[in-house]
Amino acid sequence: MFHNKYRAAKTLTSILTHIFLMAVAATCLFPLLWMVRSALMTNETIFTDKSFIPQSLHFKNFYLAWTAGGFATYFLNSVLYTVCVVFGIVLIASLAAYAFSRLKFPGKNFFFYIFLAAMMIPLPGSFVPLYVLMTKLHLANTRIGYILCMINVGLSLSIYMLKTFFDKMPSALEDAARMDGCSRIGIWLHVALPLARPAIAVIIIFNTLNVWNEYVLAMLLLNDQSLMPLQRGLMVFQGSHSVDYPLLMAGLSITVAPVVLVYLFMQKHIIKGLCAGAVAG
Amino acid sequence: MKKMFFVVLSFLFFALGCSSAKQSNTVTVWHWMTDRQDAFVKLAQQYKKQTGIDVVFELYAPSDIYSRKIIAAAQARVLPEIFGVLGEKKKLVSFIESGFIADLTQEFQKDDAAWEKSLFEKALDVNRFEVDNIYKIKPGLYGVPIDVTNIQMLYNQDLLAKAGIKVFPTTFDEFLNAIAALNRVGISGFVSGWGEIWMIDCFASNYAFNVMGEDKVMATYRGEVPYTDEDWIKVFNVFKTLRDKKVLIEGIVTKGNKYAEQDFALERAAFAFNGSWCVNVYDKMNSALRYGVMLPPRINPERPMLIWGGAGSSFVVNDISRNKKLAVDFLKWLTAKEQQVFLAQETKNLPANKEALPLIPKVLADFASAMDLTTHPSIWKYNEDPLVVEAFDKGIQAILIGEAEPAKIAAEVQKVKQQEMERQKKR
Amino acid sequence: MTANTRKISFEGLRELLGGYFFILPAVLIFSVFYIYPFVQTFILSLREWNGISLNSQFIGFDNFQEILQDGVWWLSMWHAAYITLIALTFQNALAFALALSCDRDIRLRKFYRVVFYLPPVLSEVVVGLIWQWILYAGMQNGEHVGLLNYFLTKIHMNHLVHAWLSDPKTALTCIAIVHSWKGFGWGFIILLAGLQTIDRQLYEAARVDGAGSFSIFKNVTIPMMIPVFVMVMILTILGSMQVFVLVLSMVGQGLVYHTEVPVTRILASMTGTSRFGYACALGIVFGLILMVFSFTLNKISRKFKQE
Repeated sequence: MFHNKYRAAKTLTSILTHIFLMAVAATCLFPLLWMVRSALMTNETIFTDKSFIPQSLHFKNFYLAWTAGGFATYFLNSVLYTVCVVFGIVLIASLAAYAFSRLKFPGKNFFFYIFLAAMMIPLPGSFVPLYVLMTKLHLANTRIGYILCMINVGLSLSIYMLKTFFDKMPSALEDAARMDGCSRIGIWLHVALPLARPAIAVIIIFNTLNVWNEYVLAMLLLNDQSLMPLQRGLMVFQGSHSVDYPLLMAGLSITVAPVVLVYLFMQKHIIKGLCAGAVAG
Repeated sequence: MKKMFFVVLSFLFFALGCSSAKQSNTVTVWHWMTDRQDAFVKLAQQYKKQTGIDVVFELYAPSDIYSRKIIAAAQARVLPEIFGVLGEKKKLVSFIESGFIADLTQEFQKDDAAWEKSLFEKALDVNRFEVDNIYKIKPGLYGVPIDVTNIQMLYNQDLLAKAGIKVFPTTFDEFLNAIAALNRVGISGFVSGWGEIWMIDCFASNYAFNVMGEDKVMATYRGEVPYTDEDWIKVFNVFKTLRDKKVLIEGIVTKGNKYAEQDFALERAAFAFNGSWCVNVYDKMNSALRYGVMLPPRINPERPMLIWGGAGSSFVVNDISRNKKLAVDFLKWLTAKEQQVFLAQETKNLPANKEALPLIPKVLADFASAMDLTTHPSIWKYNEDPLVVEAFDKGIQAILIGEAEPAKIAAEVQKVKQQEMERQKKR
Repeated sequence: MTANTRKISFEGLRELLGGYFFILPAVLIFSVFYIYPFVQTFILSLREWNGISLNSQFIGFDNFQEILQDGVWWLSMWHAAYITLIALTFQNALAFALALSCDRDIRLRKFYRVVFYLPPVLSEVVVGLIWQWILYAGMQNGEHVGLLNYFLTKIHMNHLVHAWLSDPKTALTCIAIVHSWKGFGWGFIILLAGLQTIDRQLYEAARVDGAGSFSIFKNVTIPMMIPVFVMVMILTILGSMQVFVLVLSMVGQGLVYHTEVPVTRILASMTGTSRFGYACALGIVFGLILMVFSFTLNKISRKFKQE
């Protein structure tokens, strides 16, 4: 009797939880489905055809977006920028965050607070001095210049997030490694980084989206068409006066896909700990 | 992990490896016109064939990003041969003062002013500085218009017919009657992108010119007539009437122009206030839309209704560029008849070259025929301080959402005006 | 791979310079691409400059003095604070509830984990278009075009039908809700990662001691999560205070000053009225305020931890 009641209560909670989760999930899915649906329509039907599944499907928009929008080149550039920047950030930020969390050296707090402050202060006018500097360094209109700038953009936030996670992690394993005579770099690479895997996955997800969607800095620093990232192709579709919405939606769908894929891949690492926990529990 | 490392390293190598060097006789053009990039590129290819000169069109959009780019490039002294300056005339003035923009007067006047004569005067005026202009710029022409535009009202023929209206209104009272008739059959009256304050400014300026004439408006800008003057109250009252008589579509104050264009194209409102670029937009969204062009209905029958218009977009030439001569030659070619016809056909914009008004659609021709009635802040002798303009436009929004009445707004705008005048004196 | 050689060459200096070696790359990049522009921006904030001219005038702290009297600026700060408050409560509560659900062993959790991250990924254009359509105020052929108003008339709640975005009473709240909807995915991921890094043995130990699930939640989960909560809060504050693309896409420059937020004011000074120096000063004041807030939060959290 008691057992049944307990089970009933548990099922009820589970159903309620699922209703709640489903409702939230629906609001998240709707815009995405709407976007893909709109990409399959024409400019004339997009606002008049109210049915959710359009009467005739125009897959041509995806092809047009890819070719007419010059997406092929842009896509490669975006992949290049994202890989380089995210890798750079993970490397540099995890080194710094590890030092801020575990090592002792004079001025540690000072440096950390400077990085924190940078996260807070938006610099609306800084694009002028930045561009002048980049021109002087001959880094304007180069890939490496843009990559360095973007690394800088994601750096302080990533350091802060990683430090929070490092602080939270037990240091027993690292102590053991030190006893075994492992160098600091060794501990960082072989002990701390693998342990911080969920946090690094979060950093990668954050920065991937950030770099992938960036275009303000790209427009400022880059001139050559051949260096531009994906977002530039989308801006052209958005136009100054007229907008070809289906084409824009097709372009947006193409743009969103890789970010979602990266997330699919990385979120497994966020969840890695769960399997271990599930076995133990 | 190590594999990853090598992949990234090789990527980096690739990134460092490619950096392109530009040839010395290339003309680079920076612009913001997304809808024209394809046409520009085609023209550049043609030019290369004819003259052997490379012209590179580099597009930066949206326009605020473009503006940032030229501001930064000006400070770094790396402006391209040809670019455009967006915004009010004071910005153009700053660029000229700093020596970034070439004086093209001599080029325009060569060969009995052949170039100047081929283009619409109204379009040229936007970049013209008269003798004794208040900016103290050397008189002359500093920019090349590549198209013309103007902003008027549009009416939906089918919706008007539904409400039993046979001719479009020309006076404000007729307009209000038409709106009442439309509202009776459940049709919204008027839509415009008034979430963008410059469009409110434009509409208000049309009525200010109609109510009190250019001289009095200029006197206000000089600080000689206060905004609390009864004529200005009349202008504010236009918006109060629009609000009270339920002329406006719901939510007009927060509509961006793109959304407003959607509303008119999808026949959610019978009248719109929009620029000549709309022909292209409406055609794309609803090619069956039947509509006509009209001037905003007058309140003062004794004065004409002047509308905003002139050069749609202009290019200027970098004064410190090595290829100045090449740049000027290219702009001459770009504004010649054939190229203008091509641009007009490809992008449905009104050409800046008089001879290029080809067989264009009726609506577009109607827009073109109103060019004589256009005016624009860029050709006025005086311009209002931007802070006062902001207070003025925001005040009108307050009237539109029923938060304030004209007299109060007039007093507030005048207060800002006085503060600004005192500040100017101090500096 | 090079760890060995490094170990030898740095052996002597290691104790002294070890930490600096770790932060050196970060500090280098940071000095060039952040500190230098920052100093330049600060210099600009002390000048009156239109952004183009080669001459600018040194005016000391006049810009800062003017900010103190700039009513619209402080109003915009209040608006951002309002949006932030809603995000801090509504958005973060939602994010934590979802993260907790997905941390447990429930069905479909893989599906949920993916779906909840979709709103942050979506472009502002799509979000703007969708919500314009949902909140649209007008009618066509006697029916509401906007989904929300249409729905309200269908369930006979006509008195609730509203011009959501063009009424100053509802506009800012609508913006805050859409902002929270678009942002909760971030909180969800970070909190989930935070829950995942909690040592499972702690749960096990508590269970062995006979603690119930609520007691475990209160005594293990919550204390372990405090630093992550603080981080999510700080990130929420930063993200919400700096909101502006969403505002522009939902209400444009409309609604008098009722939807002004700090960034739109900064942009209005920079490109609208061409007061570059003033815009830089606004940026610095804004940043300092955010900094004070975040550092205070950080301090408070550290006290918690010590207890």
